[in-house]
Amino acid sequence: MRIALALLLLVFAFPAFAVDPSEVLPDPALESRAREIGRSLRCVVCQNQSIDDSNAEVARDMRRAVRERLVAGDKDAAVFDFMVARYGDYVLLNPPFKARTLLLWLGGPLVLLVAGGALLIAARRRKAIVPPRPLSDEEQRRLDSLLKE
Amino acid sequence: MRRALFILPLLTLALMAGFFAWSLTSGRDPASIGSAVVGRPAPKLDLAALRDGEPALTDALLKSGKPVLVNFFASWCTPCLAEHPLFTRLAERDGATIIGIAWKNKRADALQWLKRLGDPFKYAGLDLEGRTGLDWGLSGVPETYLVDGQGMVRLHFRGPITERDLNERILPALKGAK
Repeated sequence: MRIALALLLLVFAFPAFAVDPSEVLPDPALESRAREIGRSLRCVVCQNQSIDDSNAEVARDMRRAVRERLVAGDKDAAVFDFMVARYGDYVLLNPPFKARTLLLWLGGPLVLLVAGGALLIAARRRKAIVPPRPLSDEEQRRLDSLLKE
Repeated sequence: MRRALFILPLLTLALMAGFFAWSLTSGRDPASIGSAVVGRPAPKLDLAALRDGEPALTDALLKSGKPVLVNFFASWCTPCLAEHPLFTRLAERDGATIIGIAWKNKRADALQWLKRLGDPFKYAGLDLEGRTGLDWGLSGVPETYLVDGQGMVRLHFRGPITERDLNERILPALKGAK
Protein backbone atom coordinates (compact mmCIF):
# COMPACT_ATOMS: atom_id res chain seq x y z
CA MET A 1 0.00 0.00 0.00
CA ARG A 2 2.73 2.40 1.03
CA ILE A 3 4.75 1.54 -2.04
CA ALA A 4 1.71 2.08 -4.24
CA LEU A 5 1.21 5.50 -2.70
CA ALA A 6 4.86 6.39 -3.21
CA LEU A 7 4.67 5.31 -6.83
CA LEU A 8 1.51 7.31 -7.31
CA LEU A 9 3.17 10.42 -5.88
CA LEU A 10 6.15 9.82 -8.13
CA VAL A 11 3.94 9.65 -11.20
CA PHE A 12 2.13 12.84 -10.33
CA ALA A 13 5.22 14.78 -9.26
CA PHE A 14 5.62 17.78 -11.56
CA PRO A 15 8.67 20.01 -11.68
CA ALA A 16 8.14 23.11 -9.54
CA PHE A 17 7.69 26.19 -11.68
CA ALA A 18 8.17 29.68 -10.31
CA VAL A 19 5.49 31.03 -12.63
CA ASP A 20 2.86 32.61 -10.42
CA PRO A 21 -0.81 31.98 -11.31
CA SER A 22 -1.33 35.76 -11.47
CA GLU A 23 1.27 35.97 -14.25
CA VAL A 24 -0.43 33.45 -16.50
CA LEU A 25 -1.90 34.87 -19.69
CA PRO A 26 -5.62 34.26 -20.38
CA ASP A 27 -4.81 33.09 -23.93
CA PRO A 28 -3.47 29.51 -23.58
CA ALA A 29 -1.68 29.64 -26.96
CA LEU A 30 0.25 32.76 -25.96
CA GLU A 31 0.93 31.33 -22.50
CA SER A 32 2.39 28.14 -23.95
CA ARG A 33 4.66 30.24 -26.19
CA ALA A 34 5.67 32.26 -23.13
CA ARG A 35 6.56 29.02 -21.29
CA GLU A 36 8.56 27.79 -24.26
CA ILE A 37 10.53 31.06 -24.35
CA GLY A 38 10.85 31.22 -20.56
CA ARG A 39 12.46 27.79 -20.51
CA SER A 40 15.27 28.95 -22.82
CA LEU A 41 16.00 32.26 -21.11
CA ARG A 42 18.57 32.23 -18.36
CA CYS A 43 17.90 34.00 -15.10
CA VAL A 44 20.70 36.56 -14.79
CA VAL A 45 21.25 36.18 -11.06
CA CYS A 46 21.08 32.41 -10.63
CA GLN A 47 23.72 31.26 -13.15
CA ASN A 48 21.97 28.16 -14.43
CA GLN A 49 18.25 28.36 -13.90
CA SER A 50 15.75 29.36 -16.53
CA ILE A 51 13.53 32.33 -15.73
CA ASP A 52 10.59 29.93 -15.46
CA ASP A 53 12.37 28.01 -12.69
CA SER A 54 13.66 30.97 -10.74
CA ASN A 55 12.02 32.90 -7.94
CA ALA A 56 14.40 35.86 -8.31
CA GLU A 57 12.89 39.33 -8.64
CA VAL A 58 14.59 39.90 -11.96
CA ALA A 59 13.34 36.58 -13.31
CA ARG A 60 9.79 37.63 -12.51
CA ASP A 61 10.29 40.93 -14.33
CA MET A 62 11.68 39.04 -17.30
CA ARG A 63 8.70 36.66 -17.39
CA ARG A 64 6.36 39.63 -17.32
CA ALA A 65 8.31 41.35 -20.12
CA VAL A 66 8.15 38.18 -22.25
CA ARG A 67 4.37 38.10 -21.85
CA GLU A 68 4.02 41.80 -22.58
CA ARG A 69 6.02 41.43 -25.79
CA LEU A 70 3.90 38.45 -26.88
CA VAL A 71 0.64 40.26 -26.17
CA ALA A 72 1.99 43.22 -28.17
CA GLY A 73 2.25 40.79 -31.11
CA ASP A 74 6.00 40.05 -31.15
CA LYS A 75 7.30 36.90 -32.84
CA ASP A 76 9.33 34.56 -30.58
CA ALA A 77 12.58 35.68 -32.23
CA ALA A 78 11.75 39.31 -31.48
CA VAL A 79 11.27 38.44 -27.79
CA PHE A 80 14.69 36.78 -27.69
CA ASP A 81 16.21 39.83 -29.43
CA PHE A 82 14.56 42.06 -26.82
CA MET A 83 16.29 40.14 -24.03
CA VAL A 84 19.66 39.85 -25.80
CA ALA A 85 19.68 43.64 -26.35
CA ARG A 86 19.44 44.07 -22.58
CA TYR A 87 21.40 41.16 -21.15
CA GLY A 88 23.57 39.94 -24.03
CA ASP A 89 24.00 36.36 -25.29
CA TYR A 90 24.41 35.30 -21.65
CA VAL A 91 20.64 35.31 -21.29
CA LEU A 92 20.23 32.50 -23.86
CA LEU A 93 20.44 29.00 -22.38
CA ASN A 94 21.04 27.77 -25.91
CA PRO A 95 24.15 29.67 -27.01
CA PRO A 96 24.19 30.96 -30.62
CA PHE A 97 26.68 29.54 -33.12
CA LYS A 98 29.19 32.27 -33.93
CA ALA A 99 32.91 33.03 -33.97
CA ARG A 100 33.11 33.54 -30.20
CA THR A 101 31.33 30.27 -29.41
CA LEU A 102 33.09 28.17 -32.05
CA LEU A 103 35.22 26.38 -29.45
CA LEU A 104 32.17 25.74 -27.30
CA TRP A 105 30.27 24.09 -30.12
CA LEU A 106 33.13 22.34 -31.91
CA GLY A 107 35.45 21.64 -28.96
CA GLY A 108 33.73 18.37 -27.98
CA PRO A 109 33.57 16.83 -31.47
CA LEU A 110 37.15 18.00 -32.08
CA VAL A 111 38.47 16.20 -28.99
CA LEU A 112 36.50 13.10 -29.96
CA LEU A 113 37.98 13.20 -33.46
CA VAL A 114 41.56 13.69 -32.30
CA ALA A 115 41.35 11.08 -29.51
CA GLY A 116 39.50 8.62 -31.75
CA GLY A 117 42.07 9.09 -34.51
CA ALA A 118 44.94 8.53 -32.08
CA LEU A 119 43.31 5.35 -30.74
CA LEU A 120 42.71 4.07 -34.27
CA ILE A 121 46.32 4.64 -35.25
CA ALA A 122 47.53 2.95 -32.06
CA ALA A 123 45.29 -0.07 -32.73
CA ARG A 124 46.56 -0.37 -36.31
CA ARG A 125 50.15 -0.24 -35.13
CA ARG A 126 49.61 -2.97 -32.58
CA LYS A 127 48.25 -5.29 -35.26
CA ALA A 128 51.26 -4.59 -37.45
CA ILE A 129 53.69 -5.99 -34.83
CA VAL A 130 55.11 -9.26 -36.31
CA PRO A 131 55.25 -12.33 -34.06
CA PRO A 132 58.84 -13.20 -33.10
CA ARG A 133 60.75 -15.52 -35.44
CA PRO A 134 60.51 -19.22 -34.36
CA LEU A 135 63.60 -20.76 -32.77
CA SER A 136 66.13 -22.29 -35.11
CA ASP A 137 67.09 -26.01 -34.66
CA GLU A 138 70.35 -24.98 -32.99
CA GLU A 139 68.52 -22.72 -30.48
CA GLN A 140 65.90 -25.37 -29.75
CA ARG A 141 68.61 -27.95 -28.95
CA ARG A 142 70.30 -25.50 -26.60
CA LEU A 143 67.03 -24.71 -24.87
CA ASP A 144 66.28 -28.43 -24.38
CA SER A 145 69.70 -29.11 -22.93
CA LEU A 146 69.41 -26.17 -20.53
CA LEU A 147 66.01 -27.33 -19.36
CA LYS A 148 67.34 -30.83 -18.66
CA GLU A 149 70.05 -29.56 -16.32
CA MET B 1 58.23 9.91 -32.09
CA ARG B 2 57.85 7.53 -29.07
CA ARG B 3 60.14 9.76 -27.01
CA ALA B 4 58.21 12.87 -27.99
CA LEU B 5 55.02 11.41 -26.55
CA PHE B 6 56.50 11.44 -23.05
CA ILE B 7 56.56 15.24 -23.14
CA LEU B 8 52.79 15.31 -23.54
CA PRO B 9 51.85 15.13 -19.82
CA LEU B 10 54.45 17.77 -19.01
CA LEU B 11 53.13 19.96 -21.78
CA THR B 12 49.55 19.57 -20.50
CA LEU B 13 50.70 20.53 -17.01
CA ALA B 14 52.51 23.59 -18.37
CA LEU B 15 49.43 24.65 -20.34
CA MET B 16 47.18 24.31 -17.30
CA ALA B 17 49.63 26.15 -15.03
CA GLY B 18 49.77 28.94 -17.60
CA PHE B 19 46.00 29.20 -17.70
CA PHE B 20 45.69 29.24 -13.90
CA ALA B 21 48.41 31.89 -13.57
CA TRP B 22 46.64 34.02 -16.15
CA SER B 23 43.30 33.58 -14.37
CA LEU B 24 44.84 34.70 -11.08
CA THR B 25 46.60 37.76 -12.42
CA SER B 26 44.40 39.07 -15.23
CA GLY B 27 41.48 39.96 -12.96
CA ARG B 28 39.23 37.67 -14.98
CA ASP B 29 35.98 36.93 -13.13
CA PRO B 30 34.36 33.68 -14.26
CA ALA B 31 31.12 34.65 -12.47
CA SER B 32 30.83 37.90 -14.41
CA ILE B 33 27.88 37.97 -16.76
CA GLY B 34 29.17 41.00 -18.65
CA SER B 35 27.07 43.88 -19.86
CA ALA B 36 25.19 44.32 -23.09
CA VAL B 37 24.70 48.06 -22.66
CA VAL B 38 28.31 49.28 -22.41
CA GLY B 39 29.43 51.06 -25.58
CA ARG B 40 25.85 51.66 -26.69
CA PRO B 41 23.44 54.59 -26.29
CA ALA B 42 21.91 54.64 -22.83
CA PRO B 43 18.53 52.90 -22.56
CA LYS B 44 15.44 54.97 -22.19
CA LEU B 45 14.87 56.94 -19.00
CA ASP B 46 11.30 57.92 -18.23
CA LEU B 47 10.56 57.80 -14.52
CA ALA B 48 8.55 59.60 -11.89
CA ALA B 49 10.68 61.58 -9.46
CA LEU B 50 11.32 60.03 -6.08
CA ARG B 51 11.23 63.29 -4.15
CA ASP B 52 8.00 65.26 -4.02
CA GLY B 53 7.59 68.23 -6.30
CA GLU B 54 10.47 67.39 -8.65
CA PRO B 55 10.09 66.95 -12.42
CA ALA B 56 10.12 63.44 -13.91
CA LEU B 57 13.41 61.92 -15.09
CA THR B 58 13.89 61.92 -18.88
CA ASP B 59 16.51 61.03 -21.50
CA ALA B 60 17.56 64.69 -21.62
CA LEU B 61 19.38 64.19 -18.29
CA LEU B 62 21.68 61.69 -20.00
CA LYS B 63 22.66 63.95 -22.91
CA SER B 64 23.57 67.11 -21.05
CA GLY B 65 27.12 67.23 -22.42
CA LYS B 66 28.40 66.23 -18.97
CA PRO B 67 28.98 62.64 -17.84
CA VAL B 68 26.54 61.33 -15.26
CA LEU B 69 26.46 58.36 -12.94
CA VAL B 70 23.28 56.33 -12.72
CA ASN B 71 22.94 54.30 -9.53
CA PHE B 72 20.17 51.78 -8.88
CA PHE B 73 19.62 51.26 -5.16
CA ALA B 74 17.03 50.15 -2.62
CA SER B 75 16.56 50.76 1.08
CA TRP B 76 16.35 46.99 1.65
CA CYS B 77 19.71 46.34 0.02
CA THR B 78 22.72 45.89 2.30
CA PRO B 79 25.53 46.34 -0.25
CA CYS B 80 23.89 49.66 -1.18
CA LEU B 81 24.61 50.74 2.36
CA ALA B 82 28.26 49.85 1.89
CA GLU B 83 28.76 51.88 -1.28
CA HIS B 84 26.70 54.87 -0.17
CA PRO B 85 29.57 56.89 1.38
CA LEU B 86 31.46 56.65 -1.93
CA PHE B 87 28.59 58.32 -3.77
CA THR B 88 28.41 61.02 -1.11
CA ARG B 89 32.10 61.66 -1.68
CA LEU B 90 31.73 61.62 -5.47
CA ALA B 91 29.00 64.23 -5.23
CA GLU B 92 30.61 66.47 -2.63
CA ARG B 93 34.31 66.24 -3.37
CA ASP B 94 34.34 65.49 -7.08
CA GLY B 95 31.20 67.33 -8.11
CA ALA B 96 29.81 64.31 -9.96
CA THR B 97 26.23 64.38 -11.21
CA ILE B 98 24.53 61.29 -9.85
CA ILE B 99 21.08 60.04 -10.75
CA GLY B 100 19.71 57.70 -8.10
CA ILE B 101 16.97 55.24 -8.98
CA ALA B 102 15.13 53.44 -6.19
CA TRP B 103 14.45 49.94 -7.54
CA LYS B 104 11.48 47.93 -6.24
CA ASN B 105 11.36 50.13 -3.22
CA LYS B 106 8.45 51.88 -1.55
CA ARG B 107 8.71 55.63 -1.96
CA ALA B 108 8.53 56.32 1.78
CA ASP B 109 11.19 53.69 2.57
CA ALA B 110 13.61 55.04 -0.03
CA LEU B 111 13.11 58.63 1.13
CA GLN B 112 13.60 57.60 4.77
CA TRP B 113 16.81 55.76 3.83
CA LEU B 114 18.20 58.84 2.05
CA LYS B 115 17.19 61.06 4.96
CA ARG B 116 19.08 58.83 7.35
CA LEU B 117 22.26 58.42 5.28
CA GLY B 118 22.37 61.63 3.30
CA ASP B 119 21.21 62.22 -0.26
CA PRO B 120 23.98 62.43 -2.87
CA PHE B 121 21.58 62.35 -5.83
CA LYS B 122 21.06 65.40 -7.99
CA TYR B 123 18.11 63.63 -9.57
CA ALA B 124 16.22 60.72 -8.07
CA GLY B 125 13.64 58.46 -9.66
CA LEU B 126 11.42 55.60 -8.56
CA ASP B 127 11.34 52.32 -10.48
CA LEU B 128 8.79 50.49 -8.35
CA GLU B 129 8.10 47.66 -10.82
CA GLY B 130 11.61 47.28 -12.19
CA ARG B 131 10.68 48.13 -15.79
CA THR B 132 13.44 50.70 -16.20
CA GLY B 133 15.86 48.27 -14.55
CA LEU B 134 15.00 45.64 -17.17
CA ASP B 135 15.61 48.13 -19.99
CA TRP B 136 19.03 48.88 -18.51
CA GLY B 137 19.96 45.20 -18.24
CA LEU B 138 19.89 45.33 -14.46
CA SER B 139 20.34 42.06 -12.56
CA GLY B 140 19.74 43.46 -9.09
CA VAL B 141 20.83 46.26 -6.79
CA PRO B 142 23.19 47.95 -6.45
CA GLU B 143 24.34 48.55 -9.99
CA THR B 144 25.99 51.66 -11.35
CA TYR B 145 26.38 53.02 -14.89
CA LEU B 146 28.50 55.84 -16.20
CA VAL B 147 26.95 57.65 -19.16
CA ASP B 148 29.11 60.13 -21.07
CA GLY B 149 27.94 63.57 -22.18
CA GLN B 150 26.71 62.20 -25.52
CA GLY B 151 24.47 59.66 -23.87
CA MET B 152 26.69 56.59 -24.42
CA VAL B 153 27.08 54.06 -21.61
CA ARG B 154 30.79 53.81 -20.77
CA LEU B 155 30.92 51.74 -17.58
CA HIS B 156 28.62 49.28 -15.85
CA PHE B 157 29.29 47.93 -12.37
CA ARG B 158 27.25 45.02 -11.08
CA GLY B 159 27.29 45.03 -7.29
CA PRO B 160 28.60 47.76 -5.00
CA ILE B 161 31.32 50.05 -6.30
CA THR B 162 34.57 50.00 -4.37
CA GLU B 163 37.24 52.55 -3.54
CA ARG B 164 39.33 50.96 -6.26
CA ASP B 165 36.55 51.21 -8.90
CA LEU B 166 36.16 54.85 -7.95
CA ASN B 167 39.84 55.74 -8.23
CA GLU B 168 40.84 53.58 -11.17
CA ARG B 169 37.77 53.68 -13.39
CA ILE B 170 35.08 56.15 -12.37
CA LEU B 171 37.16 59.27 -11.71
CA PRO B 172 39.30 58.91 -14.88
CA ALA B 173 36.13 58.35 -16.92
CA LEU B 174 34.42 61.36 -15.38
CA LYS B 175 37.40 63.50 -16.27
CA GLY B 176 37.88 61.99 -19.71
CA ALA B 177 34.30 61.71 -20.93
CA LYS B 178 33.21 65.23 -21.68
